[in-house]
Amino acid sequence: MKTIRLYLHYVSINIRCMMQYKTSFLLSAIGQFLVSFNVFLGIFFMFQRFSNVEGFTYSEVLLCFSVVLLEFALAEMVARGFDTFSGMVRSGEFDLILVRPQNEILQVLGSKFELTRIGRMLQAVVMFTYGIVKSNVVWSISKICTLLFMLIGGTVVFTALFFIYAALCFFTLEGLEFMNVFTDGAREFGKYPLGIYGKKMLLFMTFVIPYALIQYYPLLYILDRRTSIFYMLLPLAACCFFVPALLLWKFGVQSYQSSGS
Amino acid sequence: MITMEHVCKSYRIAKRNAGFAEACKALFHREYEIIHALNDVSFTIHDGEMVGYIGPNGAGKSSTIKILSGILTPDSGTVLVDGRVPYKNRIEHVREIGVVFGQRSQLWWDVPVIDSFALLKDIYSISDICYRQSLEELTELLNLSELLRSPARQLSLGQRMRCEIAASLLHRPRILFLDEPTIGLDAVSKLAVRDFILRQNQTHKTTVILTTHDMQDIESLTSRILLIGKGQILLDGSLDDIRTGNESIDATVAELYRTYNI
Repeated sequence: MKTIRLYLHYVSINIRCMMQYKTSFLLSAIGQFLVSFNVFLGIFFMFQRFSNVEGFTYSEVLLCFSVVLLEFALAEMVARGFDTFSGMVRSGEFDLILVRPQNEILQVLGSKFELTRIGRMLQAVVMFTYGIVKSNVVWSISKICTLLFMLIGGTVVFTALFFIYAALCFFTLEGLEFMNVFTDGAREFGKYPLGIYGKKMLLFMTFVIPYALIQYYPLLYILDRRTSIFYMLLPLAACCFFVPALLLWKFGVQSYQSSGS
Repeated sequence: MITMEHVCKSYRIAKRNAGFAEACKALFHREYEIIHALNDVSFTIHDGEMVGYIGPNGAGKSSTIKILSGILTPDSGTVLVDGRVPYKNRIEHVREIGVVFGQRSQLWWDVPVIDSFALLKDIYSISDICYRQSLEELTELLNLSELLRSPARQLSLGQRMRCEIAASLLHRPRILFLDEPTIGLDAVSKLAVRDFILRQNQTHKTTVILTTHDMQDIESLTSRILLIGKGQILLDGSLDDIRTGNESIDATVAELYRTYNI
């Protein structure tokens, strides 16, 4: 309880900081919206030429993409501190975190709360609404739950990726751009149901980094292509991915070397 | 009480010659040098003592402070601070200490200082009454009443340092580590900070460990100095021990550095 209150205090101070720079906030938020809108246009023009991709219609693809985008935006908003962690290690700011009597993770999360991602979320919500209206999905309680699980599981998986990214900074001191393949890359991949990329990719995305568990399989359930309840629960199973990420982070903190003076 | 016994800490540092070609070569083959930041360091500091920790740049001062505040783990040796091992029970330990890094700010840049303080209140779970008392006292002694409502980015260095010191004392730590607290301050601010530290030590019996290059700091604040050079404690004594006449304190210390060849 206390932890949550402290976290909210961090969030509130972040927002207060942001309010100092109104224009910058608005422009960033609009920028975020436009970037995602661009991707939407890409999909839109594609479907002007082809009526479906591997059996998925336009609105179904939109549904799929918007959920991934929403997950990504949520994770980025909350875990931005981990995404920009290399700076914190290099400037020695992390020392200040270690001399406070609170969990390091909570403090790094609190160090940066990126409200500008609201632009990206807004875009996701618009696409999502459109997708729902057009896709003729008959919604039931179990499908709404599946959708919620997807949101939870997806945010956790992306957050876990940010954790891994940050943990690696302890060893390299630099941010590793290649990690973006897994974060931004996954977002781009997530535009289409992952099944279309072929069997090998699907296996990788099921067992190595569980993107498929939060996108492809539950989507099949929502679109009535699979009926087993197993598919509905897979996004929750994807949360297990957080465990190795957390262990790697703990290991990183232990081998932290600090920076000069 | 703080005790360090036979503490060693070394870093591995990559070295290369100047130039782009050398940088490319270093991508494939890197030469490392082991730097012994601390080499068998032992000392004891009693409660309520005020100790000046001096030595040239790169002597190991910051490493010591970081080990004592639980940020770094030593390679070998034992460290005890009031019966705790800093790097093992980090959270318990840091509750009882305050740290000021002169070069790094702990205040939020864009919000009024008082907002940063309020966050620290929650981080340290300080009760309302204690917080109000500490804040009142610190505001008065450090003359902060004008500053608390301005954002940290608009404060001058001296003003900010006063706020930093207040921030690290809100939870009333028993031990205060000051890493170059007067760096870059003008004469007035320096005197104010010194005066405050002295008072804090006298009224609250706070143990103070101070690293600085400003020998006037040492002269006016501490009765005991620890001299460290090349990772070893070279001298542990009072200022009078090292004075060799009536030359200035800076000259004395420079002479001392020369004697020890550090």
